[in-house]
Amino acid sequence: MDVMVPNTFKVQKFIKETHDTFTIELKSLETKNGFTFEPGQFNMIYIFGIGEIPISISGDPNKSGILVHTTRAVGTVTKEMAKLKKDDIVGIRGPFGRPWPIKEAIGSDVLLVAGGIGLAPLRPVIYHLLSNREYYGRIILLYGARTPQDILYRKELEKLRSRLDIDIIVTVDRAVKNWTGNVGVVTTLIPRAPFDPINTIAMICGPEIMMRYTIVELLKRGLSKENIYVSMERNMKCGVGFCGHCQYGTEFICKDGPVFSFKEIEHLFGKREI
Amino acid sequence: MKIIDIQEIDNLISLLREMNYLVVGPTIQNGAIIYSQITTSKDLPIGYTDDQSPGRYRLIKDKKESYFNYVVGPQSWKKFLYPAIQKLYTAYFKNNKLEIEREENPTTKYAFIGVRSCEINAIEIQDRIFFGGEYQNSRYKGLRKNCFIVAVNCSKANSNCFCTSMNTGPEVKSGFDLVLTEVINNSHHFFLIDSGSEKGEEVLSKLNTREPDKESLELGNKVIEETKKQITKQLETEDLKDILLRSLESPVYDEVSKRCLACGNCTMVCPTCFCMTVEDYTDFFKTKAERIQKWDSCFTLEYSYIHGGSVRVTTGSRYRQWLTHKLASWHEQFGTSGCVGCGRCITWCPVGIDITEEATKVRRIAEFQTTSMEEI
Repeated sequence: MDVMVPNTFKVQKFIKETHDTFTIELKSLETKNGFTFEPGQFNMIYIFGIGEIPISISGDPNKSGILVHTTRAVGTVTKEMAKLKKDDIVGIRGPFGRPWPIKEAIGSDVLLVAGGIGLAPLRPVIYHLLSNREYYGRIILLYGARTPQDILYRKELEKLRSRLDIDIIVTVDRAVKNWTGNVGVVTTLIPRAPFDPINTIAMICGPEIMMRYTIVELLKRGLSKENIYVSMERNMKCGVGFCGHCQYGTEFICKDGPVFSFKEIEHLFGKREI
Repeated sequence: MKIIDIQEIDNLISLLREMNYLVVGPTIQNGAIIYSQITTSKDLPIGYTDDQSPGRYRLIKDKKESYFNYVVGPQSWKKFLYPAIQKLYTAYFKNNKLEIEREENPTTKYAFIGVRSCEINAIEIQDRIFFGGEYQNSRYKGLRKNCFIVAVNCSKANSNCFCTSMNTGPEVKSGFDLVLTEVINNSHHFFLIDSGSEKGEEVLSKLNTREPDKESLELGNKVIEETKKQITKQLETEDLKDILLRSLESPVYDEVSKRCLACGNCTMVCPTCFCMTVEDYTDFFKTKAERIQKWDSCFTLEYSYIHGGSVRVTTGSRYRQWLTHKLASWHEQFGTSGCVGCGRCITWCPVGIDITEEATKVRRIAEFQTTSMEEI
């Protein structure tokens, strides 16, 4: 086994999510054992002749038969991925990285704050929390998208909202006609979100600036630094600490992260060009 | 400890070749000492030495017919154990089928002749990176486990050497199969030789050796002592890690950016730098792609590129990444400094930026700030 060599997976389904995001469902061509991972981990996805990039896993951790990735068509590899169709083949290395603190959150309220495509790495957490509902306190998802058209997993979110054991609050930066929901950045939802600040684990994923202001608001509400978690992003070529690219201070985001508590990276967070 | 005559170096090379080693040693190429395959002692830089200072390297005639009286050149042994370009696999794409064929591990058995103490330390640092953790680089590990190291105690230092500060030299203390000390004294010219492993002992037993007298041993010690005296550059390492990590916003990095060309030379010549990138080389018909791993440098813009742009845009931030990685982060990541004090990055920097000077500036400013805060 060479950690730098991918396994082949076949596209089972291609789902267009929004105008620039999509989901692929993959099945291993090499093993029947399925693909197991923990929420927050990522894979290196190889597109033949184009390249390889890190993408977080977005599926249900209880369903090992299918591997799910959601991403935005934004770079060379993801734009090529956006052209994938059923039966196409990709290479997969992983899963890599430290997961979200789902064990640490047992017995606590769980607050998920997502911005844009940042919802994708948090979706496995939602699946996990809901299938182990009795272990957790209140579950709150605060989600901010640019416009109503940019809302990811919209049908799924609407369905989830009908459940009485999870609070889902969505906001958009810019409203359009027919939008009757919240308008404003996701941080504006925090002051009145229903959680107990002294017994809450927060998991945040989105652009760095969004995470930064979310942390400011959470600290104001009285959350402690060690109970606030973020998922960081940097250039990655290997996923296992060999390429050096993802260094963030003393940390390798690929193997020490991508999930960090705010306490661990407070001294770096918000500093320029780290 | 034994003595061998200088002619015995040829015997050593032959013996290693007979043992199927690819023997690599110092040679003169393009006006520098370059590690390359050697077949006889004639390939060695006999009678040459070097002159190095920040941004400057010159090969010059030595006063004596020395074999190893030079300081490290631009390249390190890294180029053999961790080649600059390596194929990882070949992907074949036909009839919508993707087949991946892993490139076999290299099986070369290298014998390195002339490895310096700082370089052994550098190799041991790379060992920690490539097989000291959860993930293993089996290509590196295989080459490393196969290699035979003939170390040499440095008989001279240059103005860029600071191994004594990094506790990595100049005396070879461990990590070798054989170690040589070249002694040139009046009419004498011989090597003191000792083994550091079973493999080394086996080779040593086949060489024509004689027992050293007290005077010879003293001459050997003197070589090392004299070299130590020549090392003038120093890096104060105490608390350096914490100071550097505390001083990420030091004005020093802005100032360095006015001189640094972001050429990445320092990272290419560094014997411990390990960063790499990966590229696909496709054929014309897009049926075959070779996945190639290459050395990379934290000084390039692409290095930190993510959607929306590069994280480290300014040269100062890239220099900070490199310096703090070497002297600070490395400790947290691998339990050792990433610097062995070989001085290559200083010599081969086109504008002569000196890591010890820059780190010291960061320290002084941090200390000044601390003391002035206390006074307030």
